[in-house]
Parts: sequence; C-alpha cells; structure tokens
Amino acid sequence: MLAFVIRRIMQSAAVMLAVALIAFLMFRFVGDPVNQMVGVDTPQEEVARLRQSLGLNDPTIVQFGRFMWNALHFDFGVSYQFRQPVTRLLAERAPATLELAFTAAAFALVVGLVMGVYCALRRDSWLAQLFQAISLIGVSLPTFLIGILLIYLFAVVLGWLPSNGRGQVVKFGDWWTTGFLTASGLRALVLPAITLGLFQMTLIMRLVRAEMLEVMRTDYIKFAKARGLRTRSIHFGHALKNTLIPVITIAGLQLGSIIAFAIITETVFNWPGMGLLFLKAVQNVDIPIMAAYLMLIGLLFVLINLLVDLTYGLVDPRLRIAMRS
Amino acid sequence: MPAPTPEEVKGLVGGGAGSPVIRKILDSDILHSFRSSKLTMVAAVIVLLCFLGALLAPWIAPFDPFDPAKVFLSDASIPPVWQQGGDSRFVIGTDDQGRDMFSAILYGLRVSLAVGGLGVLLAATIGITLGLVAGYMGGRIDAIIMRIADVQLTFPAILIALLIDGVAQGLFQGLPREQSAIPVLVISIGLSFWVQYARTIRGSTLVEKNKDYVHAARLVGLPAPVIMLRHVLPNVIGPVLVILTINLGLAVITEATLSFLGVGLPPTQPSLGTLISIGNKYLFSGDWWIVAFPGATLAILVLAVNLLGDWLRDALNPRLR
Repeated sequence: MLAFVIRRIMQSAAVMLAVALIAFLMFRFVGDPVNQMVGVDTPQEEVARLRQSLGLNDPTIVQFGRFMWNALHFDFGVSYQFRQPVTRLLAERAPATLELAFTAAAFALVVGLVMGVYCALRRDSWLAQLFQAISLIGVSLPTFLIGILLIYLFAVVLGWLPSNGRGQVVKFGDWWTTGFLTASGLRALVLPAITLGLFQMTLIMRLVRAEMLEVMRTDYIKFAKARGLRTRSIHFGHALKNTLIPVITIAGLQLGSIIAFAIITETVFNWPGMGLLFLKAVQNVDIPIMAAYLMLIGLLFVLINLLVDLTYGLVDPRLRIAMRS
Repeated sequence: MPAPTPEEVKGLVGGGAGSPVIRKILDSDILHSFRSSKLTMVAAVIVLLCFLGALLAPWIAPFDPFDPAKVFLSDASIPPVWQQGGDSRFVIGTDDQGRDMFSAILYGLRVSLAVGGLGVLLAATIGITLGLVAGYMGGRIDAIIMRIADVQLTFPAILIALLIDGVAQGLFQGLPREQSAIPVLVISIGLSFWVQYARTIRGSTLVEKNKDYVHAARLVGLPAPVIMLRHVLPNVIGPVLVILTINLGLAVITEATLSFLGVGLPPTQPSLGTLISIGNKYLFSGDWWIVAFPGATLAILVLAVNLLGDWLRDALNPRLR
C-alpha cells in the first residue's frame, strides 16, 4: 500500500513538473517579456539592463529552476495588462469562481441524483421520459447557449433574476468575499450555477439511472423483496446506497472540469472570477496570468485524481490485494 | 513461434487487404437499422441539409453578407417577416449591420463546418499516427505517447484549445486575425481531440500486431511503416468512424465556444459562434432574432450529428444488434 501511495505521488509530481515546463516555455518563448514592459522609446541600454536584471540572459535551465522556485512560493510575476502581481489578481477572484463552482456542483449532484433515481424507478412514466429528453439537450447544447437561453427567459422576458455580476458581496476575513450572505448575491448565483452545473447534472442523472437499473436486477435486491422489506427501504436503503460509490467518484472528478468550464459561464454572466481573468489574458496574450492559471488548474486536476485513486485503494479491498502482489 | 490459435488463423484469412468497415456499411443490416429508425433518418437529413447549405452558400444565399456595397446600415435590426416592421426581403430579419440573417447563417455554417471538419480530420490524423506507432513499436515510445495522452485526458478539451489558441496568438502577433484565425482554430481543435483516436487505435493495434499476417509481413522483410499503414491500419480503422462523427459535434461546439469567447473567428468572418456572440449583445434591446436563429442552427446541427453518431455506434456494434 505504501509503495503504491509513494509511486502515485511521484507520478503526480512528474505530471505537475510537465505542466510547469509547459507554463515556463509559454512564459519564456511566447512573446518577449521585456517588450511587454518597455515602451517604444525606451533606450537600448535600458532594455539590456532590464533583460539582465530579469535574468533572461541566464541559461534556460537556470531560468526554469528560478521559475519553479518562484512558483513554489506562489510568485508568478507581474501581469502585463494590470501591472499587478498575478497571485494577488488570482486570489482576489478565486472566491467568486469557487463559490460558483461549488454551488453548481451541489446543484448537479442533488438534482441529478433525484432525477436519476426517479428515472430508474419509474422508467416508463412521462416525467421520466421528459427527464431523459432534458438530459439529451443538456449534453448536446453548448454551455454558452444554455446561458444565453436562461438569461433571455429569466432576466429579459420574466425579469426575475439578474443576468450579470455577483450582486452584493460581503467581505469575509482578509480577502475572501462571499455572495452567500446577501439576497442579491444569492439571486445572482442562481442562473450561472444552473448553467455551469447542467452538463454535470445530466451526466450524474444518466449514471445514477444506469447504475440503479443494474443494481435493481441483482440477487440481493430480489432477496430483499422476498424477505418482504418495504419498497422504500429496498430502494433507498439497499439499491441507492450501492449506486453511490461510482457517483461520488465521478462527481469528485468532475469538480475540476466545473472549475475549468467556469471560464465560459463567467463570460456569459460577466461573473468576476478567475475564468474571466484567464480569458482576458488569452485575448491580450498576458502570458504570466495564463501560465499561473495553467499551473493552478493543473494542480487541481492532479490533486483530485490523486485523491480519487488513493481513496479507491482505501475503499476497495480488491485493489489493495492487487497492489500487494 | 507457437502454433496459431483458431482466432489467429481467422485473422490471417480476413486480415490484410480490404477495409471491413466499408463492407460493413454496405451490409444491408446497417441500412436496415438506418431505415427502421425515424429519428436517425431525420438527423441524417438535417446534417445533409446543413452540409449542402454550407457548401452551396455563395449560390443559394439571397445576399452576400460580405459585400459592403450591398449591405446598408439602413437595413439594420429588421425583425423577421412575421413580426411588425418585418421586410419581405429578409425572411428572418437582419443583424445590427444590416446583413441578412439567413445569408449570414449559411456563410457561418460554412465556416463552422469547415473549421470543425478540418479540426477533427487533423485530430484523427495525429491520433491514428501516434496510436499506430505506440501500439506497433511498444516499449519506451509507447510509454511516452500514452503518458502524454493520459495527462492531456485529465484536462477538458476546451481548456487545452483555449491555451493553444492563446499561445498561437502570441506567436502570430504580426498576422491579422482574419488570416490566422482559421488555421489557429483548426490546430487547437486537432491538438485537443487526438487522444481518443490514439487510445482506440493503439488498443486494436496491440491485438493485430500479434496476428500471423503481421508476422508474415515482417518475415517477408517489409519495413515497419509499410506494415503499419498497409496491413495494420485497414484492420483497426473501424471504430474511428464513430469517433469522427461524435467528435464533429464536439468540434463544432468547441469552435463556436471559442468564437463566442472572442478568441475564435473575428466578426468580419463570422462562424455560428461569432454570430451568436454578436447577437448576445442585442438580447436586452429585444432583438432576439439576431441570437436566436444562429443559436438554433448550432443546437439543431449538433443534436443531429450526435444522434447520427449514437446510431452509428450502436449499428456498428454487433453485440447490440
């Protein structure tokens, strides 16, 4: 087990190193960082001095080492557009993205679970058919189109919910801002969270439905029925419990995707999060922000994958035995 | 060499020449399953119409939306013909610059399908090549290629496409957006979607390379690239057709998303995504048709392509028949 854990951690570190290398190559070779900092009329000596002071004349490997060292200290340099440290820019916007992502994930998990269970238990009812149709649309429609549709329906035509921004936020501690505590903040959260979570919701719904149908066919469910247990306890105590393990795994793995896909939702709803910052960086070739965001998302994905793999090892005894031999 | 098992003998007889996929498609089973599913037929007709409309756009579009001499600002934001203020010349209205929506959508389809199609083809080419090499060569090359694939698979394709797009923009800073947009998008899509092809092809190549026809070809002294391309490839290419179809929908969505986000095609050369992003600005002033029609076209196209892909996957899978 320990060998497996160590090997798995080493692999994750290797992946992170590869991501860091890509980020560094982008940082170093796409566009010249010095050109971004100086004006047209800066004298040549000044440019050369700046180049020297930034260490751009050092061997590439030394520069990579320095980049890694700085990255380990959360220092990704200064944004070309905003002339501010990238880390601070990202930290300011992290609460918005994280609150949106977790709300969307919670929405996807709860609604997807309920719809999936319903579809499995009442397979032929019209409501189940409707849920199936919704799931097909949820998979096929691009995220931004769903967002536009929701805005048109609930913000323009009905006027129930706001269509952009976070509403009123409350400062919480040193740098965290939350929209959970005000009415306008909660109202602003509804449409973006649905837009962002819809794809994952359909995914979870299909998964729960398929797993549940599978479990309902097994012998222990037949036996439970033969024992004369109440339907409710068979459905929720026996069947649902056993479908939850793969569902939770998938939901965990999807959390990273949700944070990455927030780029699109944040653009549609003008949500002041990290995704919007990253998109502005791509549009303006602001490499420090792009590199930092890449490293951040990479770290997130690597950590989630690592956690899922390690939990598998803990939960599933078969895997533990396989690892030992 | 051990004696060949019955399966290997079968592989020896069936392997080598001729593509099993083509034969399978011509097989009446497939045609029958196609004709028995109304939904699939409707989807096929829609996809066909979209492709025809895109291909023939310069001839069937009532207006040329890119000819400044024929576009008048006085025609801007005219609603569809059945609404008050509609104009019979513009059946589904005009956009903010006076361009006929129907013509703009036809030209937009042309760009979207071209970028999506070329992107998917590039992805397939990269994926098939790397998959073949990885599966056939094995060893360290295999390990390196599949490791890269594993790492890339953990990231969503749209994020990779965005990153590649950003890097490419940085590299081509001198070029105007009109010229660099399409190649950049095709490359972004190609590099984001190759993994699935590589994994599929590698899996089947691993099985095929131990069959006797490959051993025989190697004994005759054929060079590895010839064996891979002429003998292994025709026997492993089957599943690629399904992935191609399903990926076309994804690629069109990816292109539209990038264009909507403002890093894809510029408004002077609009794809469906660009048209939607233009229309999105006029949603609040009540000009719903500028966004609704391109959006509906995109949604219906992708839905139809997905239905077709689903059907193809089931139809080519004998276990489900």
